[in-house]
Amino acid sequence: MIKAILIFNNHGKPRLIRFYEYFAEDVQQQIIRETFHLVSKRDDNVCNFLEGGSLIGGSDYKLIYRHYATLYFVFCVDSSESELGILDLIQVFVETLDKCFENVCELDLIFHMDKVHFILQEVVMGGMVLETNMNEIVGQVELQNRMEKSEGGFSAAPARAVSAVKNINLPEMPRNINIGDINIKVPSLSPF
Amino acid sequence: MPAPIRLRELIRTIRTARTQAEEREMIQKECAAIRSSFREEDNTYRCRNVAKLLYMHMLGYPAHFGQLECLKLIASQKFTDKRIGYLGAMLLLDERQDVHLLMTNCIKNDLNHSTQYVQGLALCTLGCMGSSEMCRDLAGEVEKLLKTSNSYLRKKAALCAVHVIRKVPELMEMFLPATKNLLSEKNHGVLHTSVVLLTEMCERSPDMLLHFRKVWILVPQLVRILKNLIMSGYSPEHDVSGISDPFLQVRILRLLRILGRSDDDSSEAMNDILAQVATNTETSKNVGNAILYETVLTIMDIKSESGLRVLAINILGRFLLNNDKNIRYVALTSLLKTVQTDHNAVQRHRSTIVDCLKDLDVSIKRRAMELSFALVNGNNIRGMMKELLYFLDSCDPEFKADCASGVFLAAEKYAPSKRWHIDTIMRVLTTAGSYVRDDSVPNLIQLITNSVEMHAYTVQRLYKALLDDISQQPLVQVSSWCIGEYGDLLVSGQCEEEEPIQVTEDEVLDVLEGLLVSNLSTPVTRGYSLTAIMKLSTRFSSVNRIKKVVSIYGSSIDVELQQRAVEYNALFKKYDHMRPALLERMPIMEKTASNGPTEIVQTNGETEPSVPDTKHPPLVTQPANQANDLLDLLGGNDVVPVIQTTLPTKPASAGGELLDLLGDLSLSSGPAPAPSVPISQPPFLLDGLSSQPLFNDISAAIPPMTAYSKNGLKIEFTFERANPNPNIAVITIHATNTTEADMTEFVFQAAVPKTFQLQLLSPSSNMVPALNQGSVTQVIRVLNPQKQQLRMRVKLTYTHKGSPVQDLAEVNNFPPQSWQ
Repeated sequence: MIKAILIFNNHGKPRLIRFYEYFAEDVQQQIIRETFHLVSKRDDNVCNFLEGGSLIGGSDYKLIYRHYATLYFVFCVDSSESELGILDLIQVFVETLDKCFENVCELDLIFHMDKVHFILQEVVMGGMVLETNMNEIVGQVELQNRMEKSEGGFSAAPARAVSAVKNINLPEMPRNINIGDINIKVPSLSPF
Repeated sequence: MPAPIRLRELIRTIRTARTQAEEREMIQKECAAIRSSFREEDNTYRCRNVAKLLYMHMLGYPAHFGQLECLKLIASQKFTDKRIGYLGAMLLLDERQDVHLLMTNCIKNDLNHSTQYVQGLALCTLGCMGSSEMCRDLAGEVEKLLKTSNSYLRKKAALCAVHVIRKVPELMEMFLPATKNLLSEKNHGVLHTSVVLLTEMCERSPDMLLHFRKVWILVPQLVRILKNLIMSGYSPEHDVSGISDPFLQVRILRLLRILGRSDDDSSEAMNDILAQVATNTETSKNVGNAILYETVLTIMDIKSESGLRVLAINILGRFLLNNDKNIRYVALTSLLKTVQTDHNAVQRHRSTIVDCLKDLDVSIKRRAMELSFALVNGNNIRGMMKELLYFLDSCDPEFKADCASGVFLAAEKYAPSKRWHIDTIMRVLTTAGSYVRDDSVPNLIQLITNSVEMHAYTVQRLYKALLDDISQQPLVQVSSWCIGEYGDLLVSGQCEEEEPIQVTEDEVLDVLEGLLVSNLSTPVTRGYSLTAIMKLSTRFSSVNRIKKVVSIYGSSIDVELQQRAVEYNALFKKYDHMRPALLERMPIMEKTASNGPTEIVQTNGETEPSVPDTKHPPLVTQPANQANDLLDLLGGNDVVPVIQTTLPTKPASAGGELLDLLGDLSLSSGPAPAPSVPISQPPFLLDGLSSQPLFNDISAAIPPMTAYSKNGLKIEFTFERANPNPNIAVITIHATNTTEADMTEFVFQAAVPKTFQLQLLSPSSNMVPALNQGSVTQVIRVLNPQKQQLRMRVKLTYTHKGSPVQDLAEVNNFPPQSWQ
């Protein structure tokens, strides 16, 4: 079982944290700090397995990590998972992110934290590996995103209105249509 | 109220913060805005606010006020809302909050939703954080979804079922019929999760395991699937670096391992496929190695034929030579698991393993060290020890303690000669002395005492080491003890093994006094050296100097030192006639190593300073974890974890009560009689190794006796003799209760006359059930070196029918065979 998935950058700033076991908030932050501390000390040519820190569990737990450019992807697993298999899983996850975001970089993870969570949800569920086929995962995520888009997404402003305005052939198109200033009270959309 | 800013805006703003304080300020401002927005019950922007809240939660800021909002989002009709709502529930909620139960109804509805993605979300959330109540309520829905033809939902339902089974094991049977058809799916995702579900069921319930083996005959089915995967050729859908769905292969191999374990038929059925996988898998990429690794583990775990096992170990040997560190690490780990069963095969790779000790990688070094200790045997001890000592010199501090204990253990078991043993120990003490565990000091002292012919050599070497360096406390303690005991040999220059050194009495006393005043010495060490100086008063001729030192320390601030000095002073003044007898050479100490758990000794009167001994009980808990790791290595499959048996009451207070008990059987702590053989604490590390029963010799010859029978409580004594020491009688008390009410808080205490020593182990329970339905047993060990008639006074306390009862009794009717 996977106990936790942590993604943080070279300075220890968390980019995604997902725990599959209950830990109090402050313990969670402590775990992140401790993991970063352990992992950042490692040279690049040593093995990718570490005995886990004291906080996240006893002797049964291992940290399996991979370092990609500025990010560390750390999976904390117990003995029921194959270590080499998890390494491959991390690779699959990163390649999926790459496909979903087109040449993924750290900024993508920063600004689309929720989307990364949704992608992760299709790969790992409840601490267990759900799907490892990249195309399958990407396909499902795409479909769900499309569903979201058709409802209007987060902005909650009428997306159709926005797209309508965007399509008007104005001689000078403002770069950013900042709807935030306008006080529009939009009634909630009726369900399909 | 202006529309709340978007998540992207918030992130951008937070990133511009230059200090932690600035960031906190921004976040607090935003939290306030979010809170007021929540209060307004604004439906349109709720999902945006919760998304922002989740981001802030990730950074470490409190976000609990969003929990209810997540629930409102889940209840909404929009997919967007549900998506964020469920994510928020998974991140912010857990079964400890009562709020989570409100989700149950929403999830139930969503499990039956028309859109598969909503159903998927509900399954995901239930599978991540569903509590046992929720699982019980919704298990039926999950089971229904397990039978659907939609593969997207089916695989999620399978993992959700795993979670349900983990939370509520009784529901396992419910999923059984639905699981049957899972393996005939074509979709790999479903196959994968089904194998996970089957694995979980097998691991949880041995009945289920048998069912799968015999009734469903799973093994051929799995073998077939695996075969298809390997033989199918290139399939772009599932290909990872040229191998078809390695994740599924690994999962199936793991399930095969569980099915084949200790079952001949199943193991036979999978022999072929395992051989096939082992030989055909390509090893150039990590995926191939992952599969091979899993195959090797499976081969080693099931009852495979020997050819297959050799193949497996050879694969591991190849792994060890691989350039990739991960592979080497993984190989070392597996070899560690197989070293007990296939010892000889692993021995062949010993030199490679020893080379790994020099690797730069910390994890590999640790594995190699553990494996090296496992491989040490009588033949290779000298060579291995050389390598291991070299490793001890150069390794990181975190390894030193474990390595030192390992060296001691190995040396103890396989030492080719006493001199070699002592040399090795000295080497460890001088190189890693400060990392050596405290309980090794008494062990070493015992070892040295027992090698009578090496005394002169030992004391000489220790003296030389002491001249070089007095900072490593264990070394200093052992050295000062030896000098105290064998100082006469040192001064007379009697060493045969090496060139004797010329030392005068004054030089020796200088060194010992130096220890007393040095800042580097701990109080324990000071105690050792003071006692050593005292002992030398009978071995050296310059008694005046010693008298002076002892009287100076009579006013030391350290209470322990002061007490010792005062008592030794008294020896000089009032009991000078007893001094030679008291301070003569210690006899050979017996090792009571073959008995199981460590016990706390309650001795009546002691000669040796009690400080090193009483340090044992609090210490044994900490080394237990490290010791257990080593024990797992060296002791094989029948290692008994070392159990701490402590008396329910603290020894000190119990001692006090016993003193009250004894009265005329006086317990004085004055100048003790001639040094009797102390029952030393059995060397802690060795205890768990021999899992022999506590009592080696149940002699039926000694009849049991009734020690006490009053008010319905009957206590019977049965006797055994502990084999190694005929002076020890082991008595088991059986307490039974003939009344109709139970006797609770039952405590049995005993005291014996001064010439005996008594140990009480912990009782089986403290409740004596009524009407002879059961009994409480407790073990007493009595040391009777002078073969006097055994007498015992017992004190019983218990609660009967609500009122406390206390009774004292004397037991005099011991059968003669128990103490002769």
